[in-house]
Amino acid sequence: MDFVTSLFPWITNGPLIVVQVMSGLSVAMFLFLVSVGMSLIFGVTRIVNLAHGSFYMVGAYLMVTLVETLPEHAVSFWIALVLAPIGVGLLGGVIEVTLLRRIYHREPLLQLILTFGLILVIGTLVLLVWGPDNKSVARPDALAGSLKILGQPFPLYYLLVLGLAPVVAIGLWLTFYRTRWGMLIRAATVDREMLGALGVDVATLYTQVFMFGSWLAGLGGALSAPTVAVALGMDGDVLTTAFVVVVIGGLGSFAGSFISALLVGELQSFGILVFPAVSIVLLFAIMAVVLIVRPWGLLGRPEE
Amino acid sequence: MSFLEIHGVEAFYGDSHILFDLSLAVDEGEVVCLLGRNGAGKTTTLKSIVGLVPPRSGRITLRGHGVTGLAPYRIARLGIGYVPEERRIFGNLTVHENLEVARRTWGDGGGIAWTAERVFELFPHLASLRGRMAGRLSGGEQQMLTIARTLMGNPSLLLLDEPSEGLAPLVVEMLAVQLARLKSTGLTMLVAEQNVHFVSELGDRVYILEKGTVRYQGSMREFVSNEDVRRAHLAV
Repeated sequence: MDFVTSLFPWITNGPLIVVQVMSGLSVAMFLFLVSVGMSLIFGVTRIVNLAHGSFYMVGAYLMVTLVETLPEHAVSFWIALVLAPIGVGLLGGVIEVTLLRRIYHREPLLQLILTFGLILVIGTLVLLVWGPDNKSVARPDALAGSLKILGQPFPLYYLLVLGLAPVVAIGLWLTFYRTRWGMLIRAATVDREMLGALGVDVATLYTQVFMFGSWLAGLGGALSAPTVAVALGMDGDVLTTAFVVVVIGGLGSFAGSFISALLVGELQSFGILVFPAVSIVLLFAIMAVVLIVRPWGLLGRPEE
Repeated sequence: MSFLEIHGVEAFYGDSHILFDLSLAVDEGEVVCLLGRNGAGKTTTLKSIVGLVPPRSGRITLRGHGVTGLAPYRIARLGIGYVPEERRIFGNLTVHENLEVARRTWGDGGGIAWTAERVFELFPHLASLRGRMAGRLSGGEQQMLTIARTLMGNPSLLLLDEPSEGLAPLVVEMLAVQLARLKSTGLTMLVAEQNVHFVSELGDRVYILEKGTVRYQGSMREFVSNEDVRRAHLAV
């Protein structure tokens, strides 16, 4: 025991562990928002959207602009938080209709090249519009402070993020399992052609799904803006982690993304304490193990 | 002019030529049977009508309106319901959800308005399974569900691809009764089958396909009484 405590002095520090768990949970929330959208888009359209991280970044930058432009008021932040993801959803819609729609029936490599190209194009456009300097978004006054949890400070804003997690997860669950639209989405993941032969306009459904997935990424980005430096590289960072989350959880699985986001969020939070130098490696090591044991992810379905 | 007309259709699967100058017609209220050996082109005929294998040339009309080249969902909305051979139910959805995704949400009611409740009257057994995942149904139950699902779109023409295939004899008999009930509502049907016995009561007219084109046509009565024709075209 002495050996363990000398190696990991924080292990006896209960309050620190609690705060670390909670910060892991809030990381998990951002990851969940991004990866569930990516997973949803893949589940339905079979496209691995590499530009998904770019949508997240655009959500954060739109948040910067909206918070700056909207008149200063207690509700401005919240209006921006509603509008920024909608803007990203619309952007997703335009991209789906003008570009992705043409390549659904083409080979996966071509789809990867297109969405990779989108990363570069969106990255350049963001640079042109917002410039190279990092931006930041002030937290709303009501959530600017922090709370003491067992004597350790915990930012109030993260509590909002934590509170939103179950709301979004339950909302998504209700959408998938309790609405006709959700049924159509689930049916489309199984047999798109048959759904079309039953009179469903699947092309429009695809556009809606893509917009919805983009909106989720935009929401993640907008929500994260007050917690990070809004910078040009954030698209790649988010894409990498979200991709790991989606692969561990199982491409196309909603519950898989949720569990996997929790796992990866906590892993990142504690990885920094335990093995600060290798926390990023840890992430990929876990992914490798999952891929060896269950190549289709924790809750994914094997390809037929 | 017939209800459904197919004129000189040529269809391909990739590079292989499947249908050759195929022509046939179905009148309103009729049940027409498409017979033929495996690989004769029955499935491709049905798929070309619903747009899943669009004809490379030729013309298909429903009530005089051309449907050739339309997207499958548009053809479905014109009133053509398709029941595929492989059934293709949505296994990750419940029985009731399978019906719900196929519910007609376009245009007017379209003649008989099928609802889940009416479909359950026709297939009472499905009603007791409404909350079950469709992937867990037996083959016979899945076949009922496939037909029930297609009815939810209120089709005026029902295309059935080998509905009796792979079903136990008792289930096949039940299915025959249910299809006869559907026929009595005035629903027009085009049924591809290998099981002549299954359709001999139901069908009004017969087309026999061979190598992607029509080799024989006549009334069901004529066909059933003509053993030479049956032997020439259907015996394996």
